[in-house]
Amino acid sequence: MNTQVATEETDVPLTTDLTTSPPKPRVWPRLPLHYLEPIAISLSALVASLILFSLFILVVAHANPIESMQLMYRGSFGTAFSWQNTLIRAAPLMLTGLCTALPLRLGMVIIGGEGALVLGALAAAGTAHLMPNSSSFAVLVAMMLAGSLTGACWIALAGSLKYYRGVNETICSLLLNYIAIAILNQMVEGPMHDPESLNTPSTWYIGDANMLGKMFGTDVHWGLGLGLIICIVTYLLMDHTVIGFAARIAGGNIRAARVAGLSVGKITVFICALAGAAAGLAGTVEVAAIQGRANANITAPGYGYTGILVAFIARANPLAVIPVSILIGGIGASGGLLQRRQHLPDATVLVLQGILFLMILTFETFYGRFKIFQRKEPTHA
Amino acid sequence: MPDAGSVGLWAVPLALFGGAIRVSTPFIFVSLGECLTEKSGRINLGLEGTLIMGAMSGYALSYLSGSSLLGVLAAGFVGSIFGLIHAWLCSRPRVNDIAVGIGLMLFGTGLAFFLGKPYIQPTAPQLPVINLGWWSNIPQVREALKINALFVIGALLAPAMLWMLNRTRWGLIVRTVGESTDAARAMGYSINTVRAIATAAGGFLAGMGGSFLSLCYPGSWSEGLSSGQGLMAVALVIFARWNPMNCLYAALLFGAAGALAPALQSVGVTSYRYMFIAAPYMMTLVIMIMTSSRTRTMVGVPAELTVSR
Repeated sequence: MNTQVATEETDVPLTTDLTTSPPKPRVWPRLPLHYLEPIAISLSALVASLILFSLFILVVAHANPIESMQLMYRGSFGTAFSWQNTLIRAAPLMLTGLCTALPLRLGMVIIGGEGALVLGALAAAGTAHLMPNSSSFAVLVAMMLAGSLTGACWIALAGSLKYYRGVNETICSLLLNYIAIAILNQMVEGPMHDPESLNTPSTWYIGDANMLGKMFGTDVHWGLGLGLIICIVTYLLMDHTVIGFAARIAGGNIRAARVAGLSVGKITVFICALAGAAAGLAGTVEVAAIQGRANANITAPGYGYTGILVAFIARANPLAVIPVSILIGGIGASGGLLQRRQHLPDATVLVLQGILFLMILTFETFYGRFKIFQRKEPTHA
Repeated sequence: MPDAGSVGLWAVPLALFGGAIRVSTPFIFVSLGECLTEKSGRINLGLEGTLIMGAMSGYALSYLSGSSLLGVLAAGFVGSIFGLIHAWLCSRPRVNDIAVGIGLMLFGTGLAFFLGKPYIQPTAPQLPVINLGWWSNIPQVREALKINALFVIGALLAPAMLWMLNRTRWGLIVRTVGESTDAARAMGYSINTVRAIATAAGGFLAGMGGSFLSLCYPGSWSEGLSSGQGLMAVALVIFARWNPMNCLYAALLFGAAGALAPALQSVGVTSYRYMFIAAPYMMTLVIMIMTSSRTRTMVGVPAELTVSR
């Protein structure tokens, strides 16, 4: 860097060279402030949305927003119990968040996490039924393989339609959601129906022995550990391997990627399959740790759709998906307390999530506006 | 009644016809709204949220005021506010219109569920129905020819919008902004203002389409009211090649697909029920696969639209 600056200064005419003072030494020479830019802007967006949400609570719901904030804190991070509730919700969100975040790196907006989750759950429940005499470890592994493979195929379908046929991936993946839910409903009432499930038509129970265990004596199941590991692995894959590098080039400039000899189609389908596998695994975890069966309750928390929000707030960074999932999981966990104490409808949480989403997108406009965060690069004449 | 039995297998096409008109009405409004917005060079994926907000506010105002017409207007008004929010957010630099659309979809859904809680139970006055089947004494025929006033408005709106886009000064301005922002700027038009007006007008139509869901068919407010019509309308506009008249025909086709499950159920076919319910989605997907191409630019697509670039 220094040599570059030096050569440039020799080009400057002598007269100006005498009058201008030598470049001032930087005050904070190596502080990586540009890493803080997304964090600072995202936190400001969070604060702004909490202010807007407070106004909403005050004006529309005629409730005390300060009390709401306190309740939300208590319901999400205030006690050990609420922390566990938050983390249980965060686990599937990490996986469905990845389902949107990974293709976003390629410039594709995939909103099909719900469909991959539903089919992953269905495949996992079916697999458990086919292995009645196997050890629980084998059953769990098989369930996860089946769930993630089904999800992978589902989103890879959207990805290949986008690449090979130019079909808009956003609408396509949304349509696939509805088709997946129809398949679930058809299966649980038809070929995979368990006659013992009376109120909600469901698949067969996977069995107590095959349920996913809890972590370290808490109430949080191992789905959380799985989510954390997969977020970290995909982060390493996207940011520190050749595949991830190729994916980022293809996302940035598809022509440049082709000129560089990258097979963009294969990368697109691979990343989409990976994304779908994550969402399918979320469905598997919901079956293996929470529901025990696949049925319409899988779609009730809307993890697939909330995953879209997670991905956008995390700005498609798999590592950032972890804290964002915990935050959004916390918001979800606090909904019950708001309902009981302040008699706010259960959709309050959805309103806050919606405001947060819009604020994050609005604050996108502030990137590059603040000098303090800019990487100090040598200026080219 | 002896006549009822004599309908026989004709019951399916009859129910399909009546159902197509009922189911297609929201599609007509949302797709016309989306068509107008996209003609100005912006894509609004938030119409799903607008639709649900329209359904909720239309039902609420119809219940509170006792006038379903006022409900429809309120739904349109709320829809245009959502359109303006979308337009304002998108006019900021570096803000992506597709992402804002998804944000507005989630926000609109949440807000409608929040505000709509008190209106799940009560019954609001419904929209008037025109009985075109008065000449027949067969109940199925009468049922099929009960045409809603909003459908008639929508069917008239499509040629009106085509005329507006192709034959008026306003239409020319909207198309110019959608085809080339440079040309529009050179003519002295503000890109953001024109797009804001087009998005707000599109939102108005989508809101009206939403009010049809709660005020006519299925005819009450509930949280499961909309099932992706707002986003399917985006696919429909692509299929219709950004032509309002084609939007009308495409909406009728989608309506018929949506009416398939209830029509078959009425004659006792209940197996694979959910697969028939998913028929419109599968049809949309197949149509999108058939009409899209990796290499060809689509005919009629506004050049400034993000999906075409």
